[in-house]
Amino acid sequence: MTNRTSTGKSKDRPGSVRREAKWGEVSSWLDDWLAIEPDGSVTAFSGKVELGTGVRTALAQIVAEELDVPLERVQMVMGDTARTPDEGYTAGSMTISGSGTALRRAAAAARGAMLEMAAKRLEVNINELSVQDGAITLVQSPERSVTYAELMGGKPFNLQVEDQFPQKSPSTYRVVGTSTPREDLPRKVSGQSSFIQDVQVPGMVHGRLVRPPSAAAQLLEIDENSVKDVPGLIRVVQRGNFIGAVAAREEQAIQAARQLQVKWQESALYPRMQDLFTALRSQPTQDSVLVEQGDFEKAFAKAARQIHATYAQPYHAHASIGPSCAVAEVVGDQVTVWASTPGPYPLSGALAQLLELPVENVHLIHVEGAGSYGQNGSDDAAADAVILAQGTGRPVRVQWTRKDEFVWEPKSPAMVMEVHGGLDSQGNVVAWDYHVWSPSHVARARFAGQLVTTQLLTGQPAPQARFSFGAERNAPTNYGFSTQRVTVHYVPDSYLRASSFRSLGGSENTFANESFIDELAAAAGVDPVEYRLRYLADPRERAVLNAAAEKAGWVPRLARHLSETELTEGRGVAFARYENDQAIVACIANVQVNRKTGVVRVKRVVVAHDCGLIINPDGVKNQIEGNVIQSLSRALKEEVQFDEFRITSVDWQTYPILKFSEVPEVEIVLINRPDQPAVGAGEPSTVTTAAAVANAVFDAAGVRLRQIPFTPERVRTALLEQGQR
Amino acid sequence: MSDEIVLIVNGKPHKAQANPETPLLYVLRNELGLTGPQFGCGEEMCGACMVLIGNKARQSCRLAISEVGRSRITTLEGLIEKGELHPVQRAFIDEQAAQCGYCLNGMIIRITALLWKNPHPSDKQIRESLDGNLCRCGSHPRILRAVQRAEALLSALEEE
Repeated sequence: MTNRTSTGKSKDRPGSVRREAKWGEVSSWLDDWLAIEPDGSVTAFSGKVELGTGVRTALAQIVAEELDVPLERVQMVMGDTARTPDEGYTAGSMTISGSGTALRRAAAAARGAMLEMAAKRLEVNINELSVQDGAITLVQSPERSVTYAELMGGKPFNLQVEDQFPQKSPSTYRVVGTSTPREDLPRKVSGQSSFIQDVQVPGMVHGRLVRPPSAAAQLLEIDENSVKDVPGLIRVVQRGNFIGAVAAREEQAIQAARQLQVKWQESALYPRMQDLFTALRSQPTQDSVLVEQGDFEKAFAKAARQIHATYAQPYHAHASIGPSCAVAEVVGDQVTVWASTPGPYPLSGALAQLLELPVENVHLIHVEGAGSYGQNGSDDAAADAVILAQGTGRPVRVQWTRKDEFVWEPKSPAMVMEVHGGLDSQGNVVAWDYHVWSPSHVARARFAGQLVTTQLLTGQPAPQARFSFGAERNAPTNYGFSTQRVTVHYVPDSYLRASSFRSLGGSENTFANESFIDELAAAAGVDPVEYRLRYLADPRERAVLNAAAEKAGWVPRLARHLSETELTEGRGVAFARYENDQAIVACIANVQVNRKTGVVRVKRVVVAHDCGLIINPDGVKNQIEGNVIQSLSRALKEEVQFDEFRITSVDWQTYPILKFSEVPEVEIVLINRPDQPAVGAGEPSTVTTAAAVANAVFDAAGVRLRQIPFTPERVRTALLEQGQR
Repeated sequence: MSDEIVLIVNGKPHKAQANPETPLLYVLRNELGLTGPQFGCGEEMCGACMVLIGNKARQSCRLAISEVGRSRITTLEGLIEKGELHPVQRAFIDEQAAQCGYCLNGMIIRITALLWKNPHPSDKQIRESLDGNLCRCGSHPRILRAVQRAEALLSALEEE
């Protein structure tokens, strides 16, 4: 958070932020993106937010590069509805391609405009000038120069960005493409206030929630006498099923929330866990055929071999390491909210709707939270804070408990994938038919009704998704099968509340696609890398798969699983192009399977990665490492537990994640393509891990794991069934 | 007040205003404004709230201030000496060992305690020592490299 005011920004002049702008429609006014401060430093404004990926540093690199100013003189202001453009949600690995591109264009325009001014002032031609460290100099006589600050310091450009000035050629880059250290780490390693949990506002008091035990529970009785002895208690705010305790001190709010006697009426909501996938598939679905090439039925009927497989993934929790937190202040009809939301503008709209206020009255200031990887509880916590602030007339900080986060955050929805493949007598794929059943992956809090807080206040369940999204991601492969069909079956009822989690359906679809092509390769008796290469035409895609194979020391052979020993080792590969046209990833995993215990130990993971032009190589590596480990955790361990009433994964014991002793070596090959657009690296390498591991288990032990997570119990069962065959 | 509690935090005494059963974490964060230790789970399952009590890494989210007594409490902030980052903190910057950084406090505190006790731990000892510290972003490989770098920085200091 910064208190520094920028001179380049004002609400009442042309180019100031237009709040009524449609979501996703970004401003073309230069002053909305950049300001040259009187001291010559640069303030850059991005409507995107830092979600712990280091994108603040990457965006600053882009601005520093294009403007020719030292990186340390660029200050980023991000995700503030009073100061930054509206760039919707920070999601989908699109910050570099979206905000990065906009800032690059803006910086190029600013540089060009200042070069024109300098030429006029020095009475020379632009081509006689050079720019260095924020100063424009006459090449012939360097003593004649003018700085950005002298030209612009404190003044607006009043200019629309229309690509009237050229951008730098990537071959001349000096800042972009380097592993610039993250600007936030010195703060964070020394404990300086960095997170939403650290925000302090004068007069701030503390809130804790008393949530119902389950999503459909109705309040029967609340006994406020039960907390009357709690010191410091300011008020118990109860509206509908929403209850929160506000106290002067945090520990007092905790005590009140624990002590408050409340009775709820619960009702059954969910199928039994063992029936989940059947239940999902039995709902009436909304189907769309994404790919239809050739006549599948005909080709499949003629195939020499017909192979079928069904894969499944349960609900996963984002499981942010820091539970959601927010601070809100309501003064008259003016609302200020500090929140770690991924979408400051959309959330300000939803909160305005909740409070029945004009959107201009809600000032949303993003402050970093713990990593969220999509939509965790942050938007809901913001609404909770607003209601508690409104109910007490005080600025309130609300901190969710670990259990609040596990129970109430939206989950990555459960999915079922079914694939049918036909091979000819030579083992070639002659027919491919892919089906996925999935609830929508996106239920962002664009509207008040999508916030848990609103649902508790009104007793109304979340509105049915207006559109379904996310299950189609990476449902089609990039393999050039002659005959193929890809169908998405949208399931209307998710049971557990679901919304965006890193890559949406990309992980599940790639798990199924890349497991199945491995099954076909084995059936065809072909090395799995070679088999994939048969169907990849794009040279960049082939290069990525080959690079991973080379780094991993992949020697072509058939899956073997000959070893009958207790410990057996294997390797597996998976490949994907994220969203079919974004970053390209190949992953090779080496695993050890303990036949007796069923424990799968992943020892080494190699990833080759092409995301076009690389802005910050170490930043990309950091994202890949994180993707590999988080997706490995999901593949090996994670499954949200529930009974017919409640979510029962409520802490780290009931929702375990990968620990240090289980973390593999991760080796990365980055393929830089300076001539290609920079595409996101926040998600792509999350999609390939599960299939690479499952394929490696097949190589090691001869069993196919088709349901995530690959728990020891599931592996033992698979081995047992194999023994019985 | 008979049950007045004085804590020794980062070398300085602090007279606690909270009740004796209040977990140390809230006193550090809210009375002393120390934002290094973080609330992660409140159940001693994740390590985000770690502080050093004497030379030992302890989770502070359930540790009542009445149990701390006169033991020296050192937080992430207290590792900084005369404006200089502790070698373990430096190692985390050198290795860029974080994504969101929320777990960093616990990691740095745990590693500092580990390297005091065992200046040259094996890979297995490091991983086992860190098993109680959860990281959701997957910064583990970098954190493991940061331990090695911290070990080297500390050894170099010893030799000086």
